[in-house]
Amino acid sequence: MSEKISGIAASAGIAIAKAFILQNPELTIEKKPVANIAEEIERFQAAINVSKEELSVIKDKANKELGEDKAAIFAAHLLVLSDPELVDAVKQKIENEKINAEVAMNDISSMFINMFEQMDNEYMKERAADIRDVSKRVLAHLLDVKFTTPASIAEEVIILAEDLTPSDTAQLNRQFVKGFATDIGGRTSHSAIMSRSMEIPAVVGTKIITEKVKNDVMVIIDGLDGQVIIDPTEDEIAVYKEKQKKYQQQKEEWAKLVNEKTLSSDGVQVELAANIGTPADVKGVLENGAEGVGLYRTEFLYMGRDQLPTEDEQFKAYKEVLDKMEGKPVVIRTLDIGGDKELPYLNLPKELNPFLGFRAIRLCLEEQDIFRTQLRALLRASTYGNLKIMFPMIATLGEFRSAKSILMEEKEKLVNEGTKVSDDIEVGIMVEIPSTAVMADTFAKEVDFFSIGTNDLIQYTMAADRMNEQVSYLYQPYNPAILRLVKMVIDAAHKEGKWTGMCGEMAGDPIAIPILLGLGLDEFSMSATSVLPARSQILNLSKEKISAHIEQILQMDTMDDVVKFAEENF
Amino acid sequence: MAEKTFKVTSESGIHARPATTLVNQAGQFSSDITLDYNGKSVNLKSIMGVMSLGIQSGAEITVKAEGSDADEALAAIEDVMKKEGLGE
Repeated sequence: MSEKISGIAASAGIAIAKAFILQNPELTIEKKPVANIAEEIERFQAAINVSKEELSVIKDKANKELGEDKAAIFAAHLLVLSDPELVDAVKQKIENEKINAEVAMNDISSMFINMFEQMDNEYMKERAADIRDVSKRVLAHLLDVKFTTPASIAEEVIILAEDLTPSDTAQLNRQFVKGFATDIGGRTSHSAIMSRSMEIPAVVGTKIITEKVKNDVMVIIDGLDGQVIIDPTEDEIAVYKEKQKKYQQQKEEWAKLVNEKTLSSDGVQVELAANIGTPADVKGVLENGAEGVGLYRTEFLYMGRDQLPTEDEQFKAYKEVLDKMEGKPVVIRTLDIGGDKELPYLNLPKELNPFLGFRAIRLCLEEQDIFRTQLRALLRASTYGNLKIMFPMIATLGEFRSAKSILMEEKEKLVNEGTKVSDDIEVGIMVEIPSTAVMADTFAKEVDFFSIGTNDLIQYTMAADRMNEQVSYLYQPYNPAILRLVKMVIDAAHKEGKWTGMCGEMAGDPIAIPILLGLGLDEFSMSATSVLPARSQILNLSKEKISAHIEQILQMDTMDDVVKFAEENF
Repeated sequence: MAEKTFKVTSESGIHARPATTLVNQAGQFSSDITLDYNGKSVNLKSIMGVMSLGIQSGAEITVKAEGSDADEALAAIEDVMKKEGLGE
């Protein structure tokens, strides 16, 4: 009997193959006396050497496929294996206590792990996990336990794991790994993001998949609907092969649109852009035919490290994105951190209400050193492409004016220092706070553009924490209240000859797209993989026809009425 | 023996990335190289040792090298300190 398990659709597509369960090795360490010390030390050194060779291979692969940034962690892992405080200490222990290498290695590495775990710096605490990762590899070799790594796979499989670590995903061979499913994680967890950029169908957050499935059992991953089918029947396999074929055909249809403009059936042109987090994402942006970057989230430059990025580091990243986009528009959002997105090294106090607290532009206007460094990096990069700067979480015109005047001060300084800065940088704001949407007509006189951040605009308008499942029914993108606010913003911009974009989940949503087109949205920014489906949808929509229904939609009573109407008519 | 004291000027002290560079450089030499800070002394060829010190900005650290290539080693470390903007 087959069985269906539901999870979160992390990466679109269908995969059918045998299960390969990726497990942490069982390491049982027993203390044994050792007679031949020299031989034992040699055995230990051999395990270190093999581990080093493996890590070098992983590092090179990561370097090639994921970029130098993501490969840096493996360079650090390699250094741990060369650390005399570890390697020599283990050898000493074997010699002094005449014990086996496993016990000596385990004792010494545990000592280091404890030491790092007890440090009062969050970043240092996380380094304990790195040491654990490395010691596990060495211990597995010593115990001759099969250390299942994705690198050892050489047949078509679907990987099932509790979660995939960075070193796991770096080793995935696209030729053999057809899909994967995990017990934990959400749409934005590391493994989910990786699956989308590698275009491998994936379902995450199934809670129980590794419990339910044994190695070599056939599995179907339905990354379109977030389902995993265990031990499917012949009929089910046929059904999913058909679904796979249809999806493939559709993808081929979409692929033809890569170099096309985005025109509605009645000839209205809009811009389809993509959201990115790192310069490495630009590849996907171009491959998927996006016409620009509508949101570059610069937070990632600041996260997963123990200190602020320098001006030069930031300049390098911004320049790389602008270079690669070859003159296409790139909207870079200044630092949106604080509240729930923490940077341990800033030592910000915990807040009761982080979403309403000290974050984003509020923090930047207070901690001006951080803000000015970022603005200088942006200004220096501005001559390499079509840069637009966007401030997040603007609630009042005063905030925008302060942010802009700091930008102008830094520009003047740079120009006086003899640095070239572009004179055509548009400066705009995110509209995600209702007060700003309501005052859009006033803002429109001073900003160059708006970009509506729907995720936050919805949670602030409905007063519903989007992390709280009990109030998730209030997350209503199609509620007429939201649509009216969106209309106010678009109309206000157009009145002043400015443009309005949208960079929340809603911009790539097939139900929202016709309504947004009808409302007059100029730029839609979404995940790169949603761009071609959106373009294909817009080609078949008439803006004029939809616009005729907009007033009626805005007068509807509930979100359900809007959805029903949109599904039936567009 | 060669010895030199540095004042750490980098705003965030000596953390993971610069520590990696320092340790890699020290590993190129056969001399014994130590890093003294706050009464503790660690092997500069040990990444875990260096990171465990948690060296903050403004700290005084002393690097000592002993061995056949001690002078070259110290010069190379000094070079890294300057290039990485760690201290002087």
